[in-house]
Amino acid sequence: MDALFNFFLENQDMIYIVILSIFLGIEVISHVPAILHTPLMSGANAIHGVVIIGAIIVMGHAKADDYLALTLGFLAVVLGTLNVVGGFVVTNRMLEMFNKKK
Amino acid sequence: MNSGWEPNSLSILQSPITIYQSPYYMSSFLLELSYLFGSITFVIGLKKLSHPESARKGNLLAAAGMGLAILATILFHEHGGERIGNIGWIVAAMGIGTLIGWVMAMKVKMTGMPQMVSFFNGMGGACAAIISMVEYHSHPEGAAGYFLVVFLGLVIGSVSFSGSMIAYGKLDEKINDFSAKWLTVFNLLLLAVIIGILVVAVISPETFGPSVLWVLLVLSLLYGVLFVMPIGGADMPVVISLLNSLTGMAAAFGGFLYDNQIMLTGGILVGSAGTILTVLMCKAMNRSLLNVIIGSFGGGGGSSSAAAGDQTVKEVNLTDAAILCSYAGKVCIVPGYGLAVAQAQHICHDLEKQLEAKGVEVYYAIHPVAGRMPGHMNVLLAEADVPYPKLIEMEDANGMMNSTDVAIIVGANDVVNPSAENDPGSPIYGMPVIQVWEAKNVIVMKRSMRAGYAGIENPLFFHAKTKMLFGDAKDTLQKLVGEVKMT
Repeated sequence: MDALFNFFLENQDMIYIVILSIFLGIEVISHVPAILHTPLMSGANAIHGVVIIGAIIVMGHAKADDYLALTLGFLAVVLGTLNVVGGFVVTNRMLEMFNKKK
Repeated sequence: MNSGWEPNSLSILQSPITIYQSPYYMSSFLLELSYLFGSITFVIGLKKLSHPESARKGNLLAAAGMGLAILATILFHEHGGERIGNIGWIVAAMGIGTLIGWVMAMKVKMTGMPQMVSFFNGMGGACAAIISMVEYHSHPEGAAGYFLVVFLGLVIGSVSFSGSMIAYGKLDEKINDFSAKWLTVFNLLLLAVIIGILVVAVISPETFGPSVLWVLLVLSLLYGVLFVMPIGGADMPVVISLLNSLTGMAAAFGGFLYDNQIMLTGGILVGSAGTILTVLMCKAMNRSLLNVIIGSFGGGGGSSSAAAGDQTVKEVNLTDAAILCSYAGKVCIVPGYGLAVAQAQHICHDLEKQLEAKGVEVYYAIHPVAGRMPGHMNVLLAEADVPYPKLIEMEDANGMMNSTDVAIIVGANDVVNPSAENDPGSPIYGMPVIQVWEAKNVIVMKRSMRAGYAGIENPLFFHAKTKMLFGDAKDTLQKLVGEVKMT
């Protein structure tokens, strides 16, 4: 239990970010009209591709002889990039459909 | 400095002296600044995505912020005095990912969007799970908080990955629904086992040893598969949205792991926004999230009074349907997923143009959950160049319905089912629907008399005002356009 208390104390500012981000996310989304739900979901999908930064860190600090870490890190970077690039491109394509009318 | 200044209260100022002396002072400043900037673009991007005019800019802005954060990480990130290495490999991996992602995203048809989003979502989940695996492999020792974050990232990422892949397969019609009573019970047990193992592994890491990682991985992957497997097609949008927010959370755990603010804000933003979106969707179907996950409907429905089988349906031929539409004052088109499957959105637009040329007022009534994603119909019809103002949302459309002469239902079923309003025994009772039966005439285009995607009888087909026009949506629409031209 002590360990968990320490975790809380050490990561206080992170926990603040989490709580405030939760409210921010709710607030931002609650005004979205139904017609934009699909592009929005897709856009949000692209944003959680931010996990790629973790993959870069893993890969970037993997030891040269640690083949498991290198292989998995490589794979993680590929998959993360897929999420980011695919997500933003698909969203953009969807929104293009709306925009050409304007 | 005043006496109230408490160095430990702000981590940035925690040890100002060492930071100033560090050769990485400048680069860590640039890194954090890029992350801050990136986080802001995510928030503003999401905000802009909520208005049709600014949506595209919002998406591009978030993409730019993401690009900056990625670049800054490669250039400036350092850990324990070491910079990012293996840059060649990282760039190669990103090149491969970009190429595949770009091609897939450009090639996919608009009707295939839901499964594409699901696929990319799964990739993010897998990425998060792998990060946790490598981290645990490189640092098998640590405090309880560390294990908590690593294992939660692994479990949530894996569930999101395998769940998204099943969702992708089901939407792409490569995998069939599978549901059974025992599966619900088994899933709950499996979830309990996963949580149990996770709690024990966090509190006393010695109990299981390092192999616990693989056990959790396998069980989580299995849970992802089994939890999406029985969920019926009508509930798929809810599941994709839920998986989307799960991946967001998994990304946020990565942020905890590396004290990385942008992963944290990005992940949590998506996690909470996705959860709200999921709840909104459930509300649109008048069901609780728990009900979607645990009790997949379909099957049963025996208590429904509408199940009487020998009611008769009236068929209409193309010529009569064309005459009915051509001489109407106001026509409402209600599109459903059948329209998307048949790729009939362009022909639907043709029909609308032909009717307008004859002086008929045409509008589309859009149910919020028509199709397989909320707003899916809007994207499809926008692709076919249907002008915005013609897309009327459900509440407004219902207000216009009694002044409408003909309601044409193209491949929709559950969203126009009157049982939702008048049959308390129906599984969709209480779900808001488009009240097409208020129109003077109803034409239902349908492939066969089979029950809808949710597997529920639709008394609308037996309604006194309803005429059925059987056949493939695209084919029938095409012929109808021809007939209207001749009328």
